[in-house]
Amino acid sequence: MDSMISLIQAAIVFGTVIMLGATGEIIAEKAGSLNLGVPGIMYLGGIAGLVGVFFYESAAESPSKIVCILIALACSMTAAALGGFIYSLLTITLRANPQVTGLTLTIFGSGVANFFGGSLNKLAGGVGQISVATTSSAFRTMIPGLHDMGVVGQIFFSYGFLAYAAVIIAVLAQLYLSKTRQGLNLRAVGENPGTADATGINVIKYKYLATCIGAAISGLGGLYYVMDYTKGTWANDGTIEGLGWLAVALVIFATWRPKNAIWGSYLFGLLYWAYFYMSGLTRSSQELFKMLPYVVTIAVLIAISLRKKREDQPPAGLAVSYFREER
Amino acid sequence: MANGNAVNEKKEPFVRIIKCDNTPRWYAWSMRAVAIVFALLICAVVIVAITGLNPLEVYKAMFEGAFGTERRIWITLRDMMILLCVGIALAPAFKMKFWNIGAEGQILVGGCATAACMIYLDNVLPLPALFLVMALTSMAAGAVWGLIPAIFKAKLNTNETLFTLMMNYVAIQITSYCVALWENPYGSNTVGIINSQTKAGWFPTVFGQQYALNVMIVLTLALVMYIYLKHSKHGYEITVIGDSENTARYAGIDVAKVIVRTMLVSGAIAGLSGFIAVAGASHTISVNTAGGRGFTAIIVAWLAKFNTFTMIAISFLLVFLQQGACEIASRFNLNDYASQMITGIILFFILGSEFFINYRLVFRGKMSKEA
Repeated sequence: MDSMISLIQAAIVFGTVIMLGATGEIIAEKAGSLNLGVPGIMYLGGIAGLVGVFFYESAAESPSKIVCILIALACSMTAAALGGFIYSLLTITLRANPQVTGLTLTIFGSGVANFFGGSLNKLAGGVGQISVATTSSAFRTMIPGLHDMGVVGQIFFSYGFLAYAAVIIAVLAQLYLSKTRQGLNLRAVGENPGTADATGINVIKYKYLATCIGAAISGLGGLYYVMDYTKGTWANDGTIEGLGWLAVALVIFATWRPKNAIWGSYLFGLLYWAYFYMSGLTRSSQELFKMLPYVVTIAVLIAISLRKKREDQPPAGLAVSYFREER
Repeated sequence: MANGNAVNEKKEPFVRIIKCDNTPRWYAWSMRAVAIVFALLICAVVIVAITGLNPLEVYKAMFEGAFGTERRIWITLRDMMILLCVGIALAPAFKMKFWNIGAEGQILVGGCATAACMIYLDNVLPLPALFLVMALTSMAAGAVWGLIPAIFKAKLNTNETLFTLMMNYVAIQITSYCVALWENPYGSNTVGIINSQTKAGWFPTVFGQQYALNVMIVLTLALVMYIYLKHSKHGYEITVIGDSENTARYAGIDVAKVIVRTMLVSGAIAGLSGFIAVAGASHTISVNTAGGRGFTAIIVAWLAKFNTFTMIAISFLLVFLQQGACEIASRFNLNDYASQMITGIILFFILGSEFFINYRLVFRGKMSKEA
């Protein structure tokens, strides 16, 4: 029972990182931007939040938790949105190839993050590992009184606020995309920008905003990883990159619907950690187990192309650059 | 725009974008050079802001890191050849507009196949046969990895960008599995140098140089791929499909067949670069054997417009940056992720410069004079 609970907890924490990444990417992809820079954006979001509060915590005598959280959120979302802006500028205005630009953004983001993450402390004149204990504990503060309510408390209430915010953001994104006029316009831009333009929708504006706001949300996934998953430290081990690609996988798994990303992310978390709780696995066969989320995604990808259901397909204008003059 | 245009005159947009098809070569290359100079300036600003070092010193250190000694030159060449080989592998697929993001995985399975041969067959086969088997199995492994998404693309139109991306991670886990299986010494979680005593399956030294064979193989491949793409029927079919699939169908090209065939070639060469990386360079296998080259090579192939000779220049630039950054890292006590950051900035600028090569901006007022 205990191992069951800890598996569920691990899955939810893991799932939150990729849920945020995937929700942001869904918004961008629905507007036709196949941003393969998600890992880079999550890196940027993670490191910017860390650097921001690092300076605040080392400058302030007694750092206030609220300010810590606000600084982390603001830095993280700004840096991630800037990443999205670079992508938008290159692909939308300068008409560069979306896939290549996205991959470049991933290289850039992971370079920036690991460079600062690895040498921040040295540059700031300290020694050893950077750690932002106050902020991290603020991010991991659970709802008082609820998390010690036995099993229910452990499963549902033992997480920091971003885990719940992720679900709320995903629900809001779903409502925005499926229930509002703006969401409808955004999807029109992703399906057929030419038609959308003809009906008077400002295609360029929608694409820019969707990509940048989506990036800001994806960046929160990186922040959650740094503050909650690794407890406010930095390791140059490339984990965020793997998680970023898993977020891209989750977008497909969720068939471009944020509501599916919610349960899909937890399912990915369960699949990813399942090996840890399986008895009788050797260390080598554990590695084979870890490929499950990717294999499942491939299966989904094949299934949606087999069923050919219109509403499950990728947006028709995905990664197709739109130039009004070449219509 | 609210100022005094005549009432019946149509409002002219502030800037128009005009596509240019026949940009002269010198113009295109000078644009790219300008982009690189700008990128280096930006990088210099970043370097000064972070470290306070003189950027010229830093660039000089980079140059020495890549070319300082004969050994460094050869290491630069070795890394460049592996990157170039992956770029060559990707060229036909991307020219066909098949988004093979899966080279990383194809390299890894090729590398695993090579390592497996080195480990299990070193006492069984004579050396020449061992080499042949290593090359063939690595190509077969890479080809299978490329074929799976290609078949689904051809039959069901499954999105290949996402499919090949996922195949990377399956390959990474398979590699981790192999590493755990072959780890040596036990508990180190690495495979160690394979056949370090017998050197069975290692590339032989040619002209007294350890990496000369790598260079020869890859440059030959570059030439062959150039001819294949430019002067063969297959290459022509690839070009037509890349430009317009409907035209290709109309012209009677069997699109599904060409997709599968091209990915077979692409995957096999990517697998072969895994072979070169393992047998010709590191003599070991790990999840870092591909080291992001599968992704970087996409950029190499794309920026070179699939011309394998231009790829030589671009892979040289990227590897130079990497080697240089490693040197800066050790000399100035920073970490070598700086190279990824610099690479990213330079690539952003080159990607952006393509716009100014392919399009002209015409500002308000000039239009009427020209017309």
